[in-house]
Amino acid sequence: MMEFIARHAMGEKVSGTALVANDGFSARYDLNRWTGLFSRPAHKLVGLSYVDRILILDTAKGGVASAWMLHEMKSRHMAPKAIVFNTVNTILAQGAALGGIALLAGFDVDVTAAIAHGSIVEVDPGARMLRVLKVGDGTVAAAQSGQRTEPVVRVQGR
Amino acid sequence: MILDDEEQAILGGALGVVAQTALGHQIAVGDFFGAKDFVPVTQAHIMADTESLGQAGVQWLERLADAQEGGVRIPTITDPRGTDFSKAGDLGQADWMLELERRAISAFERLGVSMTDTCINYQTVLAATRGEHVAFGDTGVVIYSNSVGGARSNFEGGPSALSAGLTGRTPRYGYHLDASRQATLRIRVGWTPRALDDWGALGGVIGRLAGNYWAVPVVEGLDTAPTSDELKHFGAAMASFGSTALYHLVGITPEAFTLKDVGGDRLPVAHRIGQADVAALRSGYAGEKGVDVVVFSAPQLSIYELRQLAALCKGRSFRRPLLAITSPQVKPDCDRFGYTRLIESAGGMVLSGMCFYQSYAREMGQAKGWKRLATNSAKLVNILGGYGYAPMLASMQECVDAAETGELK
Repeated sequence: MMEFIARHAMGEKVSGTALVANDGFSARYDLNRWTGLFSRPAHKLVGLSYVDRILILDTAKGGVASAWMLHEMKSRHMAPKAIVFNTVNTILAQGAALGGIALLAGFDVDVTAAIAHGSIVEVDPGARMLRVLKVGDGTVAAAQSGQRTEPVVRVQGR
Repeated sequence: MILDDEEQAILGGALGVVAQTALGHQIAVGDFFGAKDFVPVTQAHIMADTESLGQAGVQWLERLADAQEGGVRIPTITDPRGTDFSKAGDLGQADWMLELERRAISAFERLGVSMTDTCINYQTVLAATRGEHVAFGDTGVVIYSNSVGGARSNFEGGPSALSAGLTGRTPRYGYHLDASRQATLRIRVGWTPRALDDWGALGGVIGRLAGNYWAVPVVEGLDTAPTSDELKHFGAAMASFGSTALYHLVGITPEAFTLKDVGGDRLPVAHRIGQADVAALRSGYAGEKGVDVVVFSAPQLSIYELRQLAALCKGRSFRRPLLAITSPQVKPDCDRFGYTRLIESAGGMVLSGMCFYQSYAREMGQAKGWKRLATNSAKLVNILGGYGYAPMLASMQECVDAAETGELK
């Protein structure tokens, strides 16, 4: 089992399917919160549903709205289960604290490269641990290539 | 975190449930970032438009207000709201949006918050000074106050900024610490922008290179000291593209009198940026020629941007809507100086107290049939793609021309 230790952790233990991309994240810039999809055309996860997924992304981007939006999405059961970042900004931590969303950040490796898109992972903030329970099928190699402009290939069946 | 006697009392409920809730939230955030203690802050600034808040956020505010415990303890102001009530019908905004806004405003007022509704408070209300610890929301406000004013703030999202207003303090981490304010990325520019959109585009290029919140670019090579408006667009775009909260300009910004002052002399030059790099960013937002709407917003316009815009609008007749958005502090001067009349005589609209992307931009676009949007704000083009727009970056002159002809040349 692959395990990754985080320097920063918050929230309750959860597990689920991971959406992985070497890309940033802002609830305001990147999401259509009414359809539950990544909506920014340039985002590597565009078109994919983030609802009840575990997002494994490079860094928190842009504006401060995410602090409210995570709370609002959680109230409508349209939120991700957890968010995992290589580096986090203050806003996502504040939003996760208000919204009750598990959050891990700060690793010794690039977790967006180390974990395959579609893997089943466990986020365990109490242990500051990210565990890969089942490795994904790797159909989204582009998401881990470091290229920042191409959208990922869709996961089959979605 | 180490708590002093007052903080222990707040956490124990001595000042009521509102302050207790706020401090509990701040401790969760402080623990996450390894803050050792709290630092007193003199001002707070809250981003809380209702598109972000939603019903859940408004209800959260109402619960705090309903406690009737006195509200904020320090000067606490607001970022742009989700509408200009006097023009909401022209924007295609629905009644439910306005009702949610009214409820949020009522809750804020009961909490003692001053409804300044501006993201240019550093130009209009009370600029934070060098070394002043504040809790500011709006990324553009934070990066300007940190970099140009030399104040000390992290990005404080709405719940944390309000918490700071209620407790008078914030966790001491990030840009409240000397060590975090040293440069981490040395950049040399070989070309100095002259127009606001180019300053924004340069900020966007640097923001992309910086890449995350904890990177602090130090920039050398500018051949002039930028104006407040130029730095406003520069920083807002950098924060938007890169989540950057602090930059230094050698010989210009107050903490970087020399490169050595911010540790830049120990860094290799990581990137050299020229006009071609800025043009490349701009070309990424060059879409079709046709334009549905022209927007000047993000950040709100200063009185001198409005003066420039009014001069460009004089004698024109627009075929496309042109929205010019400013603060409630600036709008009366815009009226008084005759700029509103010039802009609106051409067919434009001057809006106050809102910001385009914080005002249900997706729903406005759907209601009004706006998709192809021209603006001189690099920050705005970075945001609006996710809202279903095809945003295009151009100069103020080119945008005004587009409003007249319907096409961006």
